[in-house]
Amino acid sequence: MKSCLVVDDSRVIRKVARRILEEMSFSIDEAGDGLEALQSCRRTMPDAILLDWQMPVMTGIDFLRQLRQEPGGDKPVVVFCTTENDVPKISEAIRAGADEYLMKPFDSDILQSKFAEAGLV
Amino acid sequence: MSGKTMFTDTEFSLIAREVKTRTGYALTPSLAPTMESRLMALQRRENYANVNELVAAARANHRLWDLIADALAHPETRFFRDRAFFHSLRTEILPNLARNATAGQRIRIWSAGCSTGQEAYSLAILSDELRATGALIEIVATDHSDRLLDKARSGLFSQFEVQRGLPIRTLIEHFEKASDLWRISDRLRAQVRFERHNLLSSADKLGQFDLVLCCNVLNDMDPAPRQLALENIAAALTGQGLLATGEDGVTAVAPHALTPSGQIKGIYQRNAGWRRAA
Repeated sequence: MKSCLVVDDSRVIRKVARRILEEMSFSIDEAGDGLEALQSCRRTMPDAILLDWQMPVMTGIDFLRQLRQEPGGDKPVVVFCTTENDVPKISEAIRAGADEYLMKPFDSDILQSKFAEAGLV
Repeated sequence: MSGKTMFTDTEFSLIAREVKTRTGYALTPSLAPTMESRLMALQRRENYANVNELVAAARANHRLWDLIADALAHPETRFFRDRAFFHSLRTEILPNLARNATAGQRIRIWSAGCSTGQEAYSLAILSDELRATGALIEIVATDHSDRLLDKARSGLFSQFEVQRGLPIRTLIEHFEKASDLWRISDRLRAQVRFERHNLLSSADKLGQFDLVLCCNVLNDMDPAPRQLALENIAAALTGQGLLATGEDGVTAVAPHALTPSGQIKGIYQRNAGWRRAA
């Protein structure tokens, strides 16, 4: 079973994503901001990370840049999941090391499609 | 039927018969609620008081039946639908066609039943990669529905639509934001020629094709119109031309015209010696 860390400051989004990803046979951990996510990754590096952009304490993009510097931090497949939907923002995320990019709002079809494009299913 | 929707059983049967005559599509009672909502939009546009009046008027007005068939056209599609098949297209089928083409020869591809254009534009994206090798590729995309063709020609897609099947790098390479929508590049849009065509009619006017994609279209048809559509497509294939249906079993009604080709599931060739009956 593959593992996925869902990082979002919205409990509702985390709950929705958890339900969809569990149906896709992922085991789920959650984090409410980038710093929590970084601490979680230092304990156990997940196979995949579903990552919000705008969060308190540490943003998704700052988390991603730090993650890619960590030992084993190149391994997780990172899928951004954010309301940021302008091309410059998307390009910035890719340059920082994102593998795929999902623009909110989303449904199970889109989440499954993005995980498939990222080679996770 | 009448307890769940505003159609009577007689009206539903009449609509199903007329749509099948025009498009080959089999409408089942489970589709009645969806049909009703689509026909309500048409009824308002055509200034009828309700759907029942629209259907009553259609009995004496064939133009209305055409509009009804158009309104009920099934728009379900997505970019790079069936990832395994498009992988085969990219790595085997299109490179083989390019290798076998003589110098200066165009590879002609037909997206048959193209709906809102995602399949045709997915082909354009793959073809764009091949053009770098000097291959000449022409893509023709057809549908019986003017409504769907208008949207396809616009090259505009919602955020939901571009997120179904398009990898993010492909999206930002070939599309630009247009307010809340995404617009495919003019260069790719110019590579697809959209035309109105009914699969139940001869495709002679479209010419011969090296590759035809008719994916997830035929399974909604009744066997008799499906056989007719397959024969029309088979007649439009070049001698070595390939038909991709994206699904198994749909060609079972036309074994006289088509036979499986090679190892890739859902790919067919015209049987040697078969000719469409005059």
